[in-house]
Amino acid sequence: MIKLIDENGLRLDGRRFDELRPVKIEVGVIKNANGSAYIEHGKNKIVAAVYGPREVHPKHLLIPDRAIVRCRYHMSPFSTEERKPPQPTRREIEISLVLRRAMECVLFLEEYPRSIIDVYVEVLQSDGGSRCASITAISAALADSGISMKDLIVGCASGKADGQIILDLSDIEDKEGEGDMPVAYMPNLDKITLLQFDGIFSEEEFKKALDLAIMGNKKIYEVLRKALMEKYFKTEEK
Amino acid sequence: MTITRYKVLPGDYIGEAPPGPLPTNTYKIGNKLYTLKIGLAEVEDKEVKFIPLAGPYIPRINDFVVGTVVDLNAFTWDVDINSLYMAHLPSQDVFGRNFSPTSHSLSEQFKVGDMLTAKIIAYDRTRDPLLTVREPGLGKVLRGEPVVLSPSKIPRLIGKKGSMAKIIESKSKTKLIIGQNGVIIVQGPPDGIVLAIKAIHLIEEKAHVPSLTSMINELLSKGV
Repeated sequence: MIKLIDENGLRLDGRRFDELRPVKIEVGVIKNANGSAYIEHGKNKIVAAVYGPREVHPKHLLIPDRAIVRCRYHMSPFSTEERKPPQPTRREIEISLVLRRAMECVLFLEEYPRSIIDVYVEVLQSDGGSRCASITAISAALADSGISMKDLIVGCASGKADGQIILDLSDIEDKEGEGDMPVAYMPNLDKITLLQFDGIFSEEEFKKALDLAIMGNKKIYEVLRKALMEKYFKTEEK
Repeated sequence: MTITRYKVLPGDYIGEAPPGPLPTNTYKIGNKLYTLKIGLAEVEDKEVKFIPLAGPYIPRINDFVVGTVVDLNAFTWDVDINSLYMAHLPSQDVFGRNFSPTSHSLSEQFKVGDMLTAKIIAYDRTRDPLLTVREPGLGKVLRGEPVVLSPSKIPRLIGKKGSMAKIIESKSKTKLIIGQNGVIIVQGPPDGIVLAIKAIHLIEEKAHVPSLTSMINELLSKGV
């Protein structure tokens, strides 16, 4: 059993219980895509690209009065310590689905009838909390593509390790800890678009973990805002 | 009356919702007005105007567009107008009412890969845009260099009453054919084309800067 929090209350990577890993976001990294973003969240390195809205192929998927969203979350074979076979695993299929559902509710799909929005997420290097980092990258890419959206979404997990509620779990805390709760959040509207939960929490702990995750999300939102502002408004008037 | 300009991201609160129809690219919850896209929100008294800086081209009736023929069959040309929908140009529009697929060949008029200027005559949420070339100035593009600009930045390229486009045209000695869909054809001498394309790229980069006109002037007077 690994001790995840030492007697000084510091975690394995030296963070306190409510500290985030460093987050870096860059917008517009892929020229071929309509919108794209790159995120470094701790050791996670993830690229998200949005294509569309564009014509639907195959045609039988088409919905006459709104757009459909197709999401592919994929981990590169070199993203993990041991080679990960490139075909989609159960986990990747699940994450593709939850990411799609998390973003569908912020998009105004009725504005683009009979079309499709393709979202590709490629994990280049993985660490704990890659689905949360992916959600942040996707929202930056969607904003970059100019698709109408209610609000930006940010993702951050909270969890439990050594009996203590902690924010933004790293890979080892995710695997060895007692619980993990990824939360995707719309900061302006104060709404949650994704909440998954794995582990056993008391009601008290759950509330504390949720508050902590939302606090972390608000901090990531500031980084995301800054990245988008830099891309679109960096050339200021002198 | 002072105009306040805000740089906004999707989901930003920009004020109280005005009575009547909402400004474009905004939505409301209760009485609060929020933005849908990245852009500039101009708030004057209680009136809100929103200028998006990104977004796809959504066709509108009477829009002038520049497209590329991507396919043809016995009755229509399929034209790519840089939008989410493929546009169609019916053969009757070109050959007249006497058109017959046995006596007319569509490829005589427009081949796959040809560029054309056209106007949208019909479009709604349920059908693809329909084009016409039966107006003066419309039809095949015979010369020039195509450039693509974000469709949301086209108003900036045109400027107030066409001022920006006029500056570029006169200083680079070229002619600009500006499609609302973001495709521009630059015609003229090679040096002028290079200069005009440089100016268009500058607009793409700095569309949000208020002193864009003077920057363009500076670039154009420097020459190639």
